[in-house]
Amino acid sequence: MAKSNGFLRFAGTPGYIASGPLVDAVNCAIALERPLLIKGEPGTGKTVLARHVAEGLGMPMISWHIKSTSKAADGLYVYDTVQRLNDSRFGTGDVSDIRRYIKHGPLGEAFAAPERRVLLIDEIDKADLEFPNDLLRELDEMRFTVLETGDEVVAKERPVVLITSNNEKELPDAFLRRCIFHFIEFPDVPLMRKIVAVHHPHLEAKLLDQVLIKFYWLREQQELRKKPSTSELVDWISALLKAGISPDQMEAHIPFLGALLKKEQDVDALQRYDERTGKYPQRWADLGPRYNQ
Amino acid sequence: MFLDLFYGLRQQGVPVAIQEWQTFLRALEEGLHGSSLLRFYHLGRACLVKSETFFDAYDRVFAKVFKGVEGALGDKVTEEILEWLRDPKNFPNLSPEELAALERLSSDELMRKFLETLGEQTERHDGGGRWVGTGGKSPYGHGGQHPTGIRVGGEGKSRSAMKVAEERRFRDYRTDVTLDIRQLRVALRRLRELTRTGAETELDLDETIDETCKNAGEIELIFRAPRKNDVRVLLLMDVGGTMDPYHAPVSRLLTALHEERGLRELEAYYFHNCVYDAVYKTARMLRADAVPTGDIMRRLDPRWKVVFVGDAAMHPAELLEPNGQIDPRRTSETPGIYWLHQIAAHFDRGVWMNPEAPHDWNGYPTTRVIQRLFPMFHLSVDGLADAVQALVGTRT
Repeated sequence: MAKSNGFLRFAGTPGYIASGPLVDAVNCAIALERPLLIKGEPGTGKTVLARHVAEGLGMPMISWHIKSTSKAADGLYVYDTVQRLNDSRFGTGDVSDIRRYIKHGPLGEAFAAPERRVLLIDEIDKADLEFPNDLLRELDEMRFTVLETGDEVVAKERPVVLITSNNEKELPDAFLRRCIFHFIEFPDVPLMRKIVAVHHPHLEAKLLDQVLIKFYWLREQQELRKKPSTSELVDWISALLKAGISPDQMEAHIPFLGALLKKEQDVDALQRYDERTGKYPQRWADLGPRYNQ
Repeated sequence: MFLDLFYGLRQQGVPVAIQEWQTFLRALEEGLHGSSLLRFYHLGRACLVKSETFFDAYDRVFAKVFKGVEGALGDKVTEEILEWLRDPKNFPNLSPEELAALERLSSDELMRKFLETLGEQTERHDGGGRWVGTGGKSPYGHGGQHPTGIRVGGEGKSRSAMKVAEERRFRDYRTDVTLDIRQLRVALRRLRELTRTGAETELDLDETIDETCKNAGEIELIFRAPRKNDVRVLLLMDVGGTMDPYHAPVSRLLTALHEERGLRELEAYYFHNCVYDAVYKTARMLRADAVPTGDIMRRLDPRWKVVFVGDAAMHPAELLEPNGQIDPRRTSETPGIYWLHQIAAHFDRGVWMNPEAPHDWNGYPTTRVIQRLFPMFHLSVDGLADAVQALVGTRT
């Protein structure tokens, strides 16, 4: 964490390899106090980013995982009417104080916190189409009023807001206009090497070469419905290491294919690949230069 | 020049508004681009473009706007520009209405200053020549010339912003040309009409509380039917002949529709060139798979949404004349156009998805005839989004 130009700067952490543009986008969002919207293929580290931003800035993180049933108001506060009703009937607790039944949601918590927080709104596209619009004013002004009590919750320190989306729904324009946007591209080979090195620092260089060739070759195959992602690559390497696969064994086929391909049709498609097109690489190593430039 | 970027983007259909432009200028004011054109490029993209589907448009506009200067500019945006931008009197507070103010901000003065500094840069970079099209020979490709550099991770080699822009890596994300199952599913997500029908199984909490209060605190439970999507789709697909080249996009649409769990019901049938007395349950169109077209209309009520997929290009006789069917194994006394009329009349809403590029549609008389019966859309993500709008949106 370094402070210059009057605002906090994020510069990555040892556990997360961020590309230059991503670091710039994060800093832009921090400096302009705008929410940062992050999209990208599944498994490119959108959610993990928030944790590392929090770590890098030395702020506590609050996460709000959105579900299809989430409502914007739940993020601010929940008025537990049922509990109050129950208490009034069965006489436990003091029902006259409404505040006892108001519970802050993640957004309310981030506002009410004494110091600056990183707020992660994860997978905002899971919620209803109107969900983001309902948060516009709160995210703009960083304040809201608890209707039942008339109390106003104002953010003392504007939280750093990170929002991830898996692109399952389009987000409304008015919401997008307020965000800084970053699309996490799929890492190229050199960046992928660094990412793998973070997770598997002692991986044999020869094995890594073979692994990457097969991985990127798989991603190029049009037949596949779901391309393997970074997290699947990392898992796959773990499996290979645990099983003690040697580079020689790697040469012939792709072991533990199930770690990479998660759809039955994809595994089938790959098995039938040979007979259908006959383009199955004879010598994997020959593909090396193609991916390594 | 800056304004060219703004208007260029708008011209390309990128929904960028004054508010985003203001954000971008504020970011520049904060010096977030760190006097590097590459970071300037990324910063602009982060602030102005809010979907990867428009990244390609941004790349094109950026390349065009900064093309005249890239050789001179190298990878630096100099202090002078920053100074100019930091000076508050050059930086009036914009409100969305003040377009005029925006014009003033990006006035000739700024442009002149910008170009002036570019001139200085030329000398320092020893000409350097145009990098365009020279592949790896970019004079700016050396790491040492990124003054602030990229701090963590980052690309294996430094690239100039222009090069990044001209690479156009995001071409595949464009929604007007490509068709990816995931994107199709997003477009189909809007194909919904929520209604409450069926058994009352969901606890209506608000009503329950209201009723309980009215009941003086004695708990009264109220149930209601859950909200469900009520859209049913009848899919009719043209196969064989001129449709063969479009096998991949059509099968992706079919996959996306099948995966769309929200749909209440989906029925798919095949035909060749035009719908006649019968349609077929499989793409092989065997006699055993035949289903009389009339039966389908009797069985399905008008609320079903009809989606044709086909190129609508055929010999006029195939559409308009009795026994016009191209397949010699079958005869059909009723011309295809009759059946299309029947379908259009029976169902409330129908669309025709055409995999051919829209500018080719006019070339076929049959396409024009069919367009009069069904609104026609291009088989692309954008086209599908419009088609979905035509199927469930308010009528215009």
